[in-house]
Amino acid sequence: MLRVEGLVKRFAAADETITALDHVSFDVAQGEVLSVIGPSGCGKSTVFNIIGGLTDADEGRVIVEGQTVSGPHPAIGMVFQEESTFPWRTVVENIAFPLEIAGKAKDERIARAREYLALVGLQGFERHYPAELSGGMRQRVAIARTLASHPKILLMDEPFAALDEQTRFLLGDKVLQIQQKLAQTTLLVTHNIAEAVQLSDRVVVMTYRPGRVKRVVAIDLPRPRTSEVAGSVAFQAFVGEIWNDLREEASRGMLEAEAHSRRAT
Amino acid sequence: MTTPRDSGGTWGPIALGLATLVGVLAVIEAMIRIGWINAFIVPLPSAVLLSFERIIVEEGVLKRFLFTAAEALSAGTLVALVGISLGVLLYRRQILRLACENWIAALAAAPLVLLYPLFLVIFGRNAVTIVMIGFLSGLPPAILKTVEGLSGTRRTLIDVGRSFNLSPSQQFRKILFPAALPTIFVGLRLGLMFALINIVGVEFLINFGGLGQFVNELAERYDLPAMYAAIFFVILVSVGFFLLTERIERWLGRAR
Repeated sequence: MLRVEGLVKRFAAADETITALDHVSFDVAQGEVLSVIGPSGCGKSTVFNIIGGLTDADEGRVIVEGQTVSGPHPAIGMVFQEESTFPWRTVVENIAFPLEIAGKAKDERIARAREYLALVGLQGFERHYPAELSGGMRQRVAIARTLASHPKILLMDEPFAALDEQTRFLLGDKVLQIQQKLAQTTLLVTHNIAEAVQLSDRVVVMTYRPGRVKRVVAIDLPRPRTSEVAGSVAFQAFVGEIWNDLREEASRGMLEAEAHSRRAT
Repeated sequence: MTTPRDSGGTWGPIALGLATLVGVLAVIEAMIRIGWINAFIVPLPSAVLLSFERIIVEEGVLKRFLFTAAEALSAGTLVALVGISLGVLLYRRQILRLACENWIAALAAAPLVLLYPLFLVIFGRNAVTIVMIGFLSGLPPAILKTVEGLSGTRRTLIDVGRSFNLSPSQQFRKILFPAALPTIFVGLRLGLMFALINIVGVEFLINFGGLGQFVNELAERYDLPAMYAAIFFVILVSVGFFLLTERIERWLGRAR
């Protein structure tokens, strides 16, 4: 469904060129949930932006259903880490937004928006504004809005980063239900190991800068899955396995940041 | 944290404000009666209050208010149309913005009303001169706040638009402009206030128009109580305008 081949991305800094991504390749099968995890600065968000078409890679390509894509693509729906609902639109108007862009009649788009509203469990909040909702509810609206555009691939960049641990697990449950119901192909970028293991079929572990694929871990936990799986031995084993890979990368990142800070002073 | 009881409820602050005003006027009344303030320069507040009925019934202040309001509405419409358009242009063209922004900000501080002789020569002694000065006075804040509002749109909202493949026109109509609207409205509000102040001022200077001309007329007749009553009427109009636009601003911002 989605193939990422040899992505390279460089950024020009003050006196050097930084290679953020160094030949990153992976693929996502139809109906699969794949997480990309790594320490801060490994280039996860750069991967998200390249696949979503918000920035170009210096080398490599992104292939969706056999077609090389460049720039935003209707097959890819994006859910952002930051607050992304439109504050001047009600909940139902937010969700209906992609249908409005597609030129659907008002009655039809409101009716379909209500379906997605129900899917994310926000019935009764149609006429509320985002400012009247909690952070988790606003993120559900953002997810529903993206799903309303019928993307072939759902691309999420740390969608629960701003939420507390309990809300994360519960929202993760909700996303699992939706994904399992729709068989939605999903690529999740995250720094949260438990979240990656809870939601994913496979986890791509990235190295610290320059970001490369270190390992791909198959998460062999049963489906359908809920947050209850977090209490299982197998779950904890996967978390431990991924942390063993990440510890070295995270430590490298921390040491480099400290060295940079010492040089600056 | 201030509780409703600490702040005196809804009517407490209003009552305190009115009581303070009445108190200050009472003190001035006393000082004039005693002779500490010259009654030929500052009339008794009680005389001013009594003049309100006269300026409404005999002097037609409401008709003059409507004349000034029509000028303000014309200037305000021009401020909105031209100010927002120029703001959008500066937002889109970085080089223009860098070249003009500081000059526009300087214009906001300039006493444009002193250019009224030039406008008289160009447009004549009529309402067009007044409207044009009002328009030019109100333009800078509308332009600057439009640029600020559009530039301040959160990057994530713009990225949402890009992810849905919006055309530039759709991106502007459906995301940038609605996101910037509260800030743009602040600019329009400031612009209208500047326009109103200058409109009344120019009406006074050229002795033509509505409320400003009325104040000039009363000053020339040396009808001080009525003159001060007219000035307070202008202040009341400004307060009313301020409260109305504040309501609209709150309504615009209620969802955010």
